[in-house]
Amino acid sequence: MSGKERDTHSGTETTGHEWDGIKELNTPLPRWWLIVFYACIVWAFAYWIVMPAWPTFNGYTHGLLDHSQRENVAAAVNALKMQRHAHESQLATASLQRIQNDPDLQQFALAEGRSLFGDNCAPCHGSGGQGAHGYPNLNDDVWLWGGKLEDIQHSITVGVRSTIADTRQSQMPAFGHDKILSDSQIDDVTEFVVSIAGRPADQARVHRATKLFADNCAACHGASGHGDRTMGAPNLTDTDWLYGSTRADIRDQIWFGHGGVMPTWAGRLTPEEIKSLAVYVHSLGGGE
Amino acid sequence: MDRIDLLKLATSTDDGSYRIDVRATNSAATRKLYKAREPIHPRLVHGTFRRAKWIVMAATLTIYYLTPWIRWDRGPDAPGQAVLVDLAHERFYFFFIEIWPQEIYYITGLLILSAVALFLVTALFGRLWCGYACPQTVWTDLFIWVENLVEGDRSARIRLAAQLWNTEKIVKRLSKHTAWLLIAAATGGAWVFYFTDAPILFQQFAHGEAPAIALLSVGLLTFTTYSLGGFMREQVCTYMCPWPRIQAAMIDDEALSVTYRRDRGEPRGPHKKGQPWSSTSHCVDCHQCVAACPMGIDIRDGTQLECINCALCIDACDDIMDKVGLPRGLIAYDTDANVERRLKGEASGFRFVRPRTILYAVVLAIVGAVMLYGLWARFTIGLDVLKDRNPEFVRQSDGAVLNGYSVKLLNHADRARTFLLTVTGGELAAIHVIGVQSTTGPISLSVESDRVRALRVLLTVSKTKLKPGNQQIKFQLTDPGTHESVETRSVFVSGMN
Repeated sequence: MSGKERDTHSGTETTGHEWDGIKELNTPLPRWWLIVFYACIVWAFAYWIVMPAWPTFNGYTHGLLDHSQRENVAAAVNALKMQRHAHESQLATASLQRIQNDPDLQQFALAEGRSLFGDNCAPCHGSGGQGAHGYPNLNDDVWLWGGKLEDIQHSITVGVRSTIADTRQSQMPAFGHDKILSDSQIDDVTEFVVSIAGRPADQARVHRATKLFADNCAACHGASGHGDRTMGAPNLTDTDWLYGSTRADIRDQIWFGHGGVMPTWAGRLTPEEIKSLAVYVHSLGGGE
Repeated sequence: MDRIDLLKLATSTDDGSYRIDVRATNSAATRKLYKAREPIHPRLVHGTFRRAKWIVMAATLTIYYLTPWIRWDRGPDAPGQAVLVDLAHERFYFFFIEIWPQEIYYITGLLILSAVALFLVTALFGRLWCGYACPQTVWTDLFIWVENLVEGDRSARIRLAAQLWNTEKIVKRLSKHTAWLLIAAATGGAWVFYFTDAPILFQQFAHGEAPAIALLSVGLLTFTTYSLGGFMREQVCTYMCPWPRIQAAMIDDEALSVTYRRDRGEPRGPHKKGQPWSSTSHCVDCHQCVAACPMGIDIRDGTQLECINCALCIDACDDIMDKVGLPRGLIAYDTDANVERRLKGEASGFRFVRPRTILYAVVLAIVGAVMLYGLWARFTIGLDVLKDRNPEFVRQSDGAVLNGYSVKLLNHADRARTFLLTVTGGELAAIHVIGVQSTTGPISLSVESDRVRALRVLLTVSKTKLKPGNQQIKFQLTDPGTHESVETRSVFVSGMN
């Protein structure tokens, strides 16, 4: 046979292979498909030569282009730093107040602060700084350690009950857990705290607790319970309660003396970034 | 006699015309569902419509290539290019108009205006856009013109395509493709000039310092111009462009289109010299219309999707009608309805005023008026207010409630200005603009020329003044100098039920 045998039914060439009288038609791959296939093979060889491709005993073949995604990322980060350099160097020297008053610098600081807040602060304080049980709300005017720009900057820098020496530090005693006061005394002090917050309370217990408060609490919270920012002692007469406002919440706090921890950000963020963050937190609404 | 003598494939006939052995490449009757492209070699014609097309081509290409070079003084803070899409600074400049991204509706309006204008023109005169002004048509026409210059007219090109590769073919093909690529590169080059300062970029190109993105854009547009104008040509219109399909909805029986007047032409066939002409049978079947067609169709098959209404077949046919001594216009801008009317012996005529055209004209007038008013009454001052949603409201230690807002002041003018911001509605205890001041009265704020100033504004309502639900408030920004004023509504959320 010449190999040009054609199938009588379809008119297509056959391959000459036959099984039980059935002949295979010769329907080759489309030309375009083959071209793409061979082009891919050529491409693969070129790729090995041009791009990093093969592992070696002590590294890998770098290829003619010496391409490295890791270096590209570093270059991109550096380019971004260069782009921000002008503003960052201004942030380094300007006072917080000037940053806030200069529209251009303020806009830069707020944008940077917002992004830093999302990365570093939002897990505890919430994405809008709205806080949670045990984590202060940063939008309101209640500040344990002060709400001025410098106060906020300092709190972010050193943290609260953090691992460094000059951290903001205070510790409320666990009056119940450490058996400093008895059960009934703690009940009395709870009523006293409820009363100075301006809510109805059992006057007999309040009367009994007056001396207890003066002896045990007033040193930090002040004689009238207005708190003291130098010690991070909260004001007990306002409507804001970090650990809850019900009698049970207040009693629980006296019993255990909860105190949260905020890490120091000094090593993790640059001083300029902390400045941006302070300006941003201040702008949330509660800044003084 | 003169030009047609060039046609080696033409044969002389008794009637004084010349018949060409040609068939319509894209005839619907013979076309398969899929077929590889057959090259079309349109013959160069001369006449009214060819002249009109040259003029339109010259005008559109001049506008395209020269516009980026027109200068326009906008002062020191703004670019001096009349038409500029400044992506880096998010501005679009068009002579005295400057559009910000916030005003993208002007572009939307322009697109709607263009679409309706196209609808109207199509309903009145058919595919004028496709035949004369579409970039695909203009550049293809330009490429065919180059082809004609280098390789000669239709018959010479057919011969060249058929002959084996020799020096002549290599030289001609090489020169043609070089010319095409140069035109394509110039086209791509002109495009990028619309996106940055043209003289500076031109210098950068000259010194080999142009940015990579400019080179990439030029490369891409060179490739598309070269392939669309040189190779794909009529296939772009037939297969890629959606407009022929949309156009089918715009064209009705009364819309003008390039029409073979079959009432006058049929039955077609050769004509003996000296025989008297009747009122019909004017088509001598010379195929000049087919040879001239850049779309590869036979217009005598009737209105077709492929026909871009370039009217070159009219010129070709008129030439023959002159030679055989018949009136021009066997192929002409006419309507199918007219052909039908004449076949029935009725009077024919054009009906430009139809419900469809009235509707398009009215819509066009309305959109145009709205656009004009929009541009005329365009504020050079703007105010955007976005209320904080997380948290929606903040209760202060004294029971007062605070709401935060992100406010943007827009100064479209080319000079720094001082605006007054007031907030009214609700019983506000304090309006605090961070970094500026705290007050209850108007706040004076300066904005640099052609810039946006972003602010954080905090509003407080004291405990005793709080009302349940949301309170409507109004931000107002005024320029005391020009008395321009804009206002934006927002809400104050008290957090009380």
